[in-house]
Amino acid sequence: MAEVLHEARLVVNGVQRTVRVPARRLLSDCLRHDLGLTGTHVGCEHGVCGACTVLVDGLPMRSCLLFAVSVDGAEVTTTEGCRAADGGLGPVQRAFMECHGLQCGFCTPGFVTTVTAWLRDHPDPTEEQARQAIGGNLCRCTGYQNIVASVLRAAELLKAEEPEGSGEPRGGAPVDQEGGP
Amino acid sequence: MTTRIFGEPIARREDPRLAGGDGRFLDDLGAGALAAAFVRSPHAHARVLDVDVGGALDVDGLVAVYTYEDLDGRVAEPLPLLIPHPSLHAPRTAYPLANGVVRHVGEPVAMVVASDRYVAEDAAGRIRVAYEPLPPVVGLEAARRAERTVHDDVPDNVAAHMVQEVGDARAAIEAAPHKLELRLEVERSASTPLEGKGVYARWDAADRSLRVYSSTQTSTSVRMALAAKLGVPVDRVEVVAPDVGGGFGVKIVHPWPEEVLVPWAAIRLGREVKWVEDRREHFVSSAHERGQRHQVRVGFDDDGRLLGLEVEFLHDNGAYTPYGIIVPIITSTQLLGPYKPGAYRVQFHSLYTNTVTVTPYRGAGRPQGVFAMERTMDAIAARLGRDRAEVREVNFIRPEEMPYDHGLLFQDGRPLVYDSGDYPASLAKLKKLVGWEEFEVVREQARAEGRRVGIGLACYVEGTGVGPYEGAHVRVETNGKVVVATGLTTQGQGHETVFAQVAAAELGVAVDDVTVVTGDTRRFKYAVGTFASRAAVMSGNAVALAARKVRAKALRIAGEALEADPGDLEVADGVVRVRGAPGTEIPLATVAVLSNPLRYAFDEQARRATQFAVGGGSDAPPVAEDDEPGLEAAGWYSPVRSTFANGVHAAVVETDPETAEVKVLRYCVVHDCGRLINPRIVEGQIHGGVAQGVGGALYERLVYDDSGQLLNASFMDFLMPYASEVPKVETDHLETPSPLNPLGIKGAGEAGVIPGAAVFAAAIGDAEGLWIDRMPISPSELWELRGRKGDG
Repeated sequence: MAEVLHEARLVVNGVQRTVRVPARRLLSDCLRHDLGLTGTHVGCEHGVCGACTVLVDGLPMRSCLLFAVSVDGAEVTTTEGCRAADGGLGPVQRAFMECHGLQCGFCTPGFVTTVTAWLRDHPDPTEEQARQAIGGNLCRCTGYQNIVASVLRAAELLKAEEPEGSGEPRGGAPVDQEGGP
Repeated sequence: MTTRIFGEPIARREDPRLAGGDGRFLDDLGAGALAAAFVRSPHAHARVLDVDVGGALDVDGLVAVYTYEDLDGRVAEPLPLLIPHPSLHAPRTAYPLANGVVRHVGEPVAMVVASDRYVAEDAAGRIRVAYEPLPPVVGLEAARRAERTVHDDVPDNVAAHMVQEVGDARAAIEAAPHKLELRLEVERSASTPLEGKGVYARWDAADRSLRVYSSTQTSTSVRMALAAKLGVPVDRVEVVAPDVGGGFGVKIVHPWPEEVLVPWAAIRLGREVKWVEDRREHFVSSAHERGQRHQVRVGFDDDGRLLGLEVEFLHDNGAYTPYGIIVPIITSTQLLGPYKPGAYRVQFHSLYTNTVTVTPYRGAGRPQGVFAMERTMDAIAARLGRDRAEVREVNFIRPEEMPYDHGLLFQDGRPLVYDSGDYPASLAKLKKLVGWEEFEVVREQARAEGRRVGIGLACYVEGTGVGPYEGAHVRVETNGKVVVATGLTTQGQGHETVFAQVAAAELGVAVDDVTVVTGDTRRFKYAVGTFASRAAVMSGNAVALAARKVRAKALRIAGEALEADPGDLEVADGVVRVRGAPGTEIPLATVAVLSNPLRYAFDEQARRATQFAVGGGSDAPPVAEDDEPGLEAAGWYSPVRSTFANGVHAAVVETDPETAEVKVLRYCVVHDCGRLINPRIVEGQIHGGVAQGVGGALYERLVYDDSGQLLNASFMDFLMPYASEVPKVETDHLETPSPLNPLGIKGAGEAGVIPGAAVFAAAIGDAEGLWIDRMPISPSELWELRGRKGDG
């Protein structure tokens, strides 16, 4: 008995995508294996490590705890969507590189998406706030110290990049905002 | 002018890829491959009576189900014992799939291959296994009592028994003016990389060749093991470690059951097969470490100087011993740290239990040894009413006593001889960094505010860079770019960066012009692996030696081209030039072109090569008898023995008078790993190690119940520290070069974690006025200790 497939329409990193997936297909698997966006990583499959964090309509969510069909119609931003317009590293990613905020890099995509969303609402963080901001993601390599530094550095880079009076930071919410049913 | 490259904290070469989401981890490969899933034992100890696969057969998308009966050839034999040892008298290893008996929860019983992982797990869930449960052996007590056994033919559960003695320790303790006896225990933890294990195999039936990708710390050895197991000529097997999401020891073990079975199934099916470990699988079927109980007897004089030290300990090796007894051997030798023990006797029993196998986790037996030794130092200080740092100082091996021979055999089977180190200087730096002498003021201030604070310190010496060898290949391309390959693997340590720094510094090229490949047997076939803080020492030096050969060849060829004595030449900024004669120069790229006399002019560079004639003239062969084409060379580094790094850590903690919660106020590290290739990467290694030390001291423990069920096999229950639990680390370095290797470096990978349990036990004990002899310690355990002291 073949599984029933359902259609889900997502705007992923600003691009309209349509997938036909079983109801139980996790968003993380859908992004990684159906859409080939392997930047999103899966570390625990029970929502604790945060490596799979993506932005759904701008909010950080654990893609391993969501079914792909349950975000039908949503805007999804993965770490690939946090890159610069030219395909190089985006400001948050660049901050991680500059501050040695990653070692093996497996947890990094979840930090990048989480920090991207958080800095949108907290453009001037203190060190203590930066530490709290990343408090829901596990990293086994860095001891977090350089990730905290990366958050602070990312805030600087974002500020330097923002032209006067512009709207959303890059990678926060996708450009195409008509979404919603 | 060439900027200094070696020793600079440059940004990592791997980060544009990894930070941008372009990493290629195991599960990012093999789109469309079949997926494997495993049926694993729910029992800690049981006979397997029957495996009924009938229910799985009508699952749409099922491709194959395998049980032990299906295995053939050497795949049906037990997995190899990787490191035999004369003291390991009863080694036992598992079968890839259970052969009649399971000995821990999580042991694989059947393998399913299907169109995708969802379907494979559907099918696995429909396989019915009939078990006859057997009484399990759980914990060191039960193992030692041996009323029950893990293996029928090991009646005392003892896998190994080892004794080493220097002098007559018992007599020395007996004759000493002061004696102490301590019982010191450390519980189980695990490496727990964020990426679990994984294997992806491709069999090319036409070419009769196998390519395997594995999330491993040793691709070269996986290759040899697979060739041996699968009966495929080694020449037809390639193993690649792609980007690996952390290892910390657990991925050095090989071949795992899945690492054999996935390629085996790929060959049988003629299809690509992939298995990616999930988190629960990692907890119950990879490996754990740390569980040991130590009995220490020590005799010392009025200054706290050790006269005799006797340590007996029990090591829980789990159900099997695939990696030998490396961990307890390291404990038994590295326990001595920076001290002269007087007479020393150490004895351990390595015991079977019905739990997950125990193999090295970052630190590998050292955290337990340091815990035992440093607690002993604290106990001596307390007994004599002396300063804890002073008692350590009295026992230090002095710098002028280097090299220092302990008279013991180390984990590599070689004499335990420390090469260099200045332990008094390390301690002095640490005391200054943390404010050791001034701490009583801090304590009084806190007390005045109704707060309890305490301080602790711990010293360690770490044997790093064990042999037997590593190699590297360095080639200058005709465009001047440099390609470095080493067989040793990478799990996030930044090898692409530091090996590029080494090669760039040796060759006189820009670091951006160097590309490094690690862990790919297509590129370099001979290697040992990444473990024991050995990568920088072993492959770093191999890269340097290879690069020096290439440089010498470049100078020779350039000397001919420029009609100059090679001794007068220098390489800088990718150009070979005559020292003091500006303008007389030749780019390294052109030298590379000249090094390869060509017949065919397929591009501009090649056309230039066909025009030049370097070499012995028209009567000599274009490639001399003792030469070879190409500006490239392999280099090998094989040390006589390990090199020993050292350090001292201190923690300042505050304990909550009501909740007994421990807050880390400060964590200070002084670390000496010889010359630093990249200080930023070394600091990163220390930060990460300290975080694991915090976890191991305060949060992480693997809890088995009496029936052998692992009660906390998830990230919800096994408490790895988040950012909120890990302190900011304050670091200071010493650089005592190792005399053993050309670069003077020592390893840094494990150092951060090693003294964690010892430091926190000391600091918490100091805050509370309590003796702590068992780690990790939870708030409720601390609460209980207070109660016993009448302080609750």
